[in-house]
Amino acid sequence: MAHFEKANSLNEWMDQRIGLNTLKRVLNTEYWIPKDINFLWAMGMVLAATFGILVISGIFLLMYYKPDTNLAFDSVNYTIMAEVGYGWLWRHIHGIGASLVFLIIYIHMFTGIYYGSYKRGRELIWLSGMGLFVAFSAEAFSGYMLPWGQMSYWAGMVITNLFSGGSLEAYGLVEWIRGDYVPGDAYLTRFFMLHVFLIPLVIIGLIVLHFGTLRLPHVNNQEGAEIDFEEAADLWKAGKRKESKVIPFSPVFLSKDVFVMGVYFILFFYLVFYNFNFAMDPVNFDPADGLKTPAHIYPEWYFLWSYEILRPFSKDVGLIAFGIAQAALFFLPFIDRSPNVAPAHKRGLFKYWFWALIVIMIALTALGKLPPTDPLFATLGLIFAVAFLFMGPILFVITMFEKKIEKGA
Amino acid sequence: MENEQKERRDFIGMALGATALVGIGGGLGFAAKRTWDPLPSVKAAGFTTVDLSIAKPNELLVEKWRGKPIFILKKTVDMKPNDRDILIGTDRFHVSIGLCTHLGCIPAYKKDEHIFFCACHGGVFDASGIEEPGLPPPSPLEIPPFKIAGTKLILGEEGPEYKQMLAAGITV
Repeated sequence: MAHFEKANSLNEWMDQRIGLNTLKRVLNTEYWIPKDINFLWAMGMVLAATFGILVISGIFLLMYYKPDTNLAFDSVNYTIMAEVGYGWLWRHIHGIGASLVFLIIYIHMFTGIYYGSYKRGRELIWLSGMGLFVAFSAEAFSGYMLPWGQMSYWAGMVITNLFSGGSLEAYGLVEWIRGDYVPGDAYLTRFFMLHVFLIPLVIIGLIVLHFGTLRLPHVNNQEGAEIDFEEAADLWKAGKRKESKVIPFSPVFLSKDVFVMGVYFILFFYLVFYNFNFAMDPVNFDPADGLKTPAHIYPEWYFLWSYEILRPFSKDVGLIAFGIAQAALFFLPFIDRSPNVAPAHKRGLFKYWFWALIVIMIALTALGKLPPTDPLFATLGLIFAVAFLFMGPILFVITMFEKKIEKGA
Repeated sequence: MENEQKERRDFIGMALGATALVGIGGGLGFAAKRTWDPLPSVKAAGFTTVDLSIAKPNELLVEKWRGKPIFILKKTVDMKPNDRDILIGTDRFHVSIGLCTHLGCIPAYKKDEHIFFCACHGGVFDASGIEEPGLPPPSPLEIPPFKIAGTKLILGEEGPEYKQMLAAGITV
C-alpha cells in the first residue's frame, strides 16, 4: 500500500486518491485553445450540451413509454402528452433537440471543412466525428420508430428494405433485422433497446474518443496557423496573457462557449414552447397501419439530402449512389491532397468547391421534400445527385494542383 | 532465457485470443443471431386463406398476409392476359404482394388507367404487376406462395401452379 498523508481539504483528499489536480490540469487549466477563433468553435460544446438535454428529457419519457405495438402510440400521444405532468415538455424538448442536434452537427462539420480542420494530424478527429454522425443518425432513426405512427412504420419499412441490397434480394436479412415479415412487435422492441441503450452507449464512447483525438493536435484556428503551444502556454502562465496566442480550455474558452450556448438555448426553447410542430410531422399522428402507405413519404429534414441521392436512380444504382454518399465524407482527409491547412477563402479553387458543396446539399435537401411526381423536380434531383457524386473526384484533382501557401506568421 | 519466456507468453496470448475469438465470437454471435430471428409464433402465423369468388372485375381487393397487403384483381375480358395470372375456371386473377419492389411502399390502384401507382418514388406497374421501364422499381410485383383450393387461395403454401411460376422465373 502506498503512503498517504492526512489530507487538509476535500480537493487534496481527492488528489491523493485519483490525481484530481493532474486531471484538471490536463483536461482544463492547461489544455490550450488558440485565441484566433470565432463563435463557430463553440459548436462542439453546444453539441455536448444538446446531447445532455436529450439524455435528460429521454429519461423522463422512458418512464411512461411502452415499447409494444398495441400501446406505444397511445403511451406517447395520450399518456405522455395529456396525462403525465409536464410530459409534453419532455417530448417537445426531445423532438426539438433531435432536430437541432443535426443542425449543429452540420454547422460543426462544415466549419471543419471550411477551415481544413481534418488535415494532417487531425484525421482521427474527423473520423471519430463522422462516426458520431453515423451513430447520431442511427439514434435519430431508431427514435423515430418509437411513437409507432404512420411515418414511423413506413420509414422503418423503407429503410430496412435498403438492406435487401437491391437485386441481391437478401429478404432473409431484412426479415432478420425486423424479426418479422414486416415491422412488428419484435422490431419495435429491438429498436427501443437500440435507441435507449446500445446506441447512446456507443455515442458516449465516441464522444470520449472524439475529445481524446483533439488533445494532442489541438483545436484548429481561423488561419490554420501552426502554433508553438508550449511557448504560448509559458507566456500565459508567466502572466503575459496579452502576448500569448492561447487561452486555457477552462475557464476562459468555456466561458465563451457558455455565452454562445446562451444564445443557442434562446432559440432552442423558443422552438420548444412556441414552434414545437417544427419537429412533429402531422402524418405521424396517425397510428401505424401496414395496409395504408401515406401519400408521400419523406424523412426528417436532416436526412433529405441523402434520401434525394437514393431517389432519382433505378433501384440498384440508387443504392450504390446512396452507399457512396454515406461513406464519402469519411474519406475527406484522404481525398483532399493539398497540404494547406487554411480557411477556404485562401485556398483558390477549394473555395468554390466548398460553396458548391453547400449549394448542392441545400438543393438536395429542398428537392428531397418534394413529391416525386413532378418531372422538372425529378430531373433537378438527378442533376444535383450526380453533381454530389462528382464532388469527390473534383476535390481530388483541384487539391492536387493547389498552390502551397507559405506561412510567414 | 528471456527470449524464450517472451515467446512462451506470446504463444499463451495467442492461444487465449484464438479460443476467446472462437468461443465468444462463435457462441455469443450464434446466440445473438438466433435471438434476432423471427419467432416461431411469427412464422406459424404465416398462412392466410382468401376467397376469390367475392372479387369483382377491375375492383382491387386487399387482403393481409404476413402483415403485408395482398392485391387481388379480377381481370376484365379486355385486360391483357399474362402468364402471371391465376386461373380459376375461366376467370383471370392478378394476385401479388402489394408492396412496391423499389422500397416497399403500397402502390394505389388507378381503376381507369388499369395501373398500380406508387406515390413514394413514382413507380408504375400495369394490371399484371409488370413494372413500367425507366422508373425506380426494378422488377414486377411479387407473387406470394399460393395453393388453389376450389375458389379459394391458401397464401403461404406452395401449390403446383405457384411452383410452375417459380420454375419459369415469373416470380422470386
